[in-house]
Amino acid sequence: MDSPSIYGWWLPPDVSAHGAIIDQIILIMHVFMVALFVGWGLFFVYCLVRFRQRPGHKARHEIPHSKLPKFLEIGVVIFEAFILVGLSYPAWSKLRTAFPPRESATNIRIVAQQFGWNIHYPGKDGVFGRTDPKLVSDSNTIGLDLNDPNAKDDITTLGQLHFPVDKPVIANLTSKDVIHSLFIPVLRVKHDAIPGMNVPIWWEAKQTGQFEIACAQLCGNGHTTMRGFVSIDTPEEYAAWMAEKEKELEPAPQ
Amino acid sequence: MSEHNEHHELGFIRTYVFSIDHKVIGIQYAITGLLFLFFGFCLMMLMRWQLAYPGEALPLIASWFENSQMMPGGVMSPDLYNSFGAMHGTIMVFLGVVPLAVGGFGNYLVPLQIGAPDMAFPKLNAASYWSYFVGGVVMLCSFFLPGGPAQSGWTSYPPLSILASTGQTAWLIGMVFLITSSLLGSINIIVTIVQLRAKGLSFFRMPFLVWAQFVTSFLLVLAFPPLEAAAVFQLMDRVAGTSFFMPSGLVVGGMPLQVAGGGNPVLWQHLFWFLAHPEVYVLILPALGIVTEIIANNTRKPLYGYKTMVYSVLFLGFMSFIVWAHHMFMTGMGTTMSNFFQTTTMIISIPSVILITCLIITLWGGSIRFNLPMMFALAFLPMFAIGGLTGLPLGLATSDIYLHDTYYVIGHFHYVVAPGTLFALFAGIYYWYPKVTGRMMNNLLGKLHFWISFLAINGIFMPMFIQGFAGVSRRLHTPNFYAHAQAVQGTNVFMSISAWVLGAAQLFFIINFFLSLKAGKRASDNPWDATTLEWATPTPPPHGNFLQEPVVHRGPYEYSVPGKATDYIPQQVS
Ligand code: HEM
Ligand SMILES: [Cu+2]
Ligand SMILES: [Cu+2]
Repeated sequence: MDSPSIYGWWLPPDVSAHGAIIDQIILIMHVFMVALFVGWGLFFVYCLVRFRQRPGHKARHEIPHSKLPKFLEIGVVIFEAFILVGLSYPAWSKLRTAFPPRESATNIRIVAQQFGWNIHYPGKDGVFGRTDPKLVSDSNTIGLDLNDPNAKDDITTLGQLHFPVDKPVIANLTSKDVIHSLFIPVLRVKHDAIPGMNVPIWWEAKQTGQFEIACAQLCGNGHTTMRGFVSIDTPEEYAAWMAEKEKELEPAPQ
Repeated sequence: MSEHNEHHELGFIRTYVFSIDHKVIGIQYAITGLLFLFFGFCLMMLMRWQLAYPGEALPLIASWFENSQMMPGGVMSPDLYNSFGAMHGTIMVFLGVVPLAVGGFGNYLVPLQIGAPDMAFPKLNAASYWSYFVGGVVMLCSFFLPGGPAQSGWTSYPPLSILASTGQTAWLIGMVFLITSSLLGSINIIVTIVQLRAKGLSFFRMPFLVWAQFVTSFLLVLAFPPLEAAAVFQLMDRVAGTSFFMPSGLVVGGMPLQVAGGGNPVLWQHLFWFLAHPEVYVLILPALGIVTEIIANNTRKPLYGYKTMVYSVLFLGFMSFIVWAHHMFMTGMGTTMSNFFQTTTMIISIPSVILITCLIITLWGGSIRFNLPMMFALAFLPMFAIGGLTGLPLGLATSDIYLHDTYYVIGHFHYVVAPGTLFALFAGIYYWYPKVTGRMMNNLLGKLHFWISFLAINGIFMPMFIQGFAGVSRRLHTPNFYAHAQAVQGTNVFMSISAWVLGAAQLFFIINFFLSLKAGKRASDNPWDATTLEWATPTPPPHGNFLQEPVVHRGPYEYSVPGKATDYIPQQVS
């Protein structure tokens, strides 16, 4: 499984195509924040020492107006505006609206539940079968309607998310019961899974490997243990895994 | 002055329990608030044991709980952890800080600082305290309900909260009482400030604390009604089968759920955060007001940019109503919405920067006294700065993708409310204690309290940023379950030790508080050589506050005026 050594005291490695900008904003902001705070702190300490109460030292009723704070404040505003308009707006638009064409992507559905992640693949025909909450059972956790021809070849797993590297994934995210939040740290993916809503998200991985899915939204007493596993495969590995899953579907009749 | 002022002997109960004197009510609020803060903190210390040593029995008290369902063998169950988490949040915010800052400091100080004999509606004032009291009792009683108290976080997101055990119903009922209390109290403060200012006290001569309380009260009045409505809706969803927040087609634990359907859980989040973001400023503004008073007094010079600060705080109050959805970037928000809320969030940082800049420039050219209130007030500044700065990456939707709902968030807002607001409130307690009790607090105990607390509290919250970077989700019962969290488990031990040290340091405060009441040095009417009106009354102030009707001739901070014999000119020099 995961080698814990890839994790440490800073952001985990980023294996996604889109995550660089997220990391960049986090880094730039923190450099900026530390610089501002250190400058501010030095001035603060200087004031405390220089203007401490002592014999022969008197407070001044009026102090001369200095333009420096105004310039600093304007500088801060311009910097924030740049980060906002120059980096954050475009990155967010790209992530939330610039979906790759469906045909060129791996399409999946993710249905969260207390306390696990159901992954639903459309199978060979590329069409998701109908689902119905009334059909949910222990063996059919997402309520797939097996009378629907499109559903016959559908594959579902519990908490095993496989997809090929270097190819976008479009995931339609929803939940059966309460709000959960899909969080894959190494992919810089996080999104709420909200019952009654069906929200598409997308990502693309640049590296293969085995990682974890965490839940980021309090969802009940199993919140902590709502773990899923991500396997970013080479195309061959993915095809092999798919074939195996398809085989499992076949010997159903008894 | 008024007939209000005439004394007729009141019994003990009327004087100290069901009083309508704003000072007694203020003290009641403050004491009750402090008790709740302490209780909320104790819950957190227990949680911190679980976080440092997951799955190990609690020390000392484990044996009390051996057979309980919530703590089998003295080990904290996830249910109990979630209950403690939800109650810690709720208690700290709604039963601790707001009652202390607005109910306690607001009630006690606003009439005194504006030269009024009492609040505009003294009986309403008492009603608001008692409504708070009932709300608090309901919250506490929920610990004895089957299934324990609320478990869905202080945010109570449906559907989880609607499916939760009876504790959630108690939470909602408690909240309705608390909200009602805040509404009554803040209307009273607004009317008092508008109507009862002393002769000559124009708006721009008001002490900054009064401005801060004024804006705070407006936030409460305007933001709480939507939440009160939402709480009633959620109550209906739980007990009457409505489905404001419940969508159709839910399957819970494998069983389809019968609800009317058609609701939307995100609606609750909008209604909740429409209150809860302004609520952050409700927590912070009174604290800022307190710090401002103390800094002006102890630098012995007028506030730098008083008017700028007033305009900033008004602007801040206004802006706080249009940033709420920055808590909801992960719910599927489109670009236009997210751009709007990212932008307003960045804009709201500007008045905050201005406020803190004015305070630090006030130090320039001063003659700074490092007494106890001043030390806490000064410590507030860098802590609030850290809290404010770390809000920026959370307000940018793109970086929020990673940081949302991790410990980074917990670190961010605790820097604002714990070493920030709480330190300011301690500053205020040390500063006004002589006025309220007639005794000074002990300096040595106070310094021990300050330095240990200052170090320990940073030891708790600084590592939370590291955990956030590592991607540790918040509200986790077993913090090292995931591989990325195991890498930072060491910080949990460090944080927990810091938390227990912080708890121990509060003993210095508690001892000081009671010891000084009996044995403290007697305080004069104006021990800090301050200029604002509350120091122009006898110590402690009598019923009706002022011996003769105050008339105000000057601004609030006339310190070190050239050519005067003393370095301060009190409001009333007769
Ligand atoms: C000074 C000592 C404090 C400590 C050590 C502390 C610690 C913590 C910790 C570790 C959490 C996260 C729990 C979790 O995610 O499972 C938490 C949550 C929280 N705290 Fe504090 N806290 C303190 C003071 C305060 C204060 C003064 C306030 C409010 C004014 C506050 C409000 C909250 C809220 C609202 C939450 C979120 C609860 C939830 O997730 O529903 N805390 N605290
Ligand atoms: Cu979950
Ligand atoms: Cu969860």
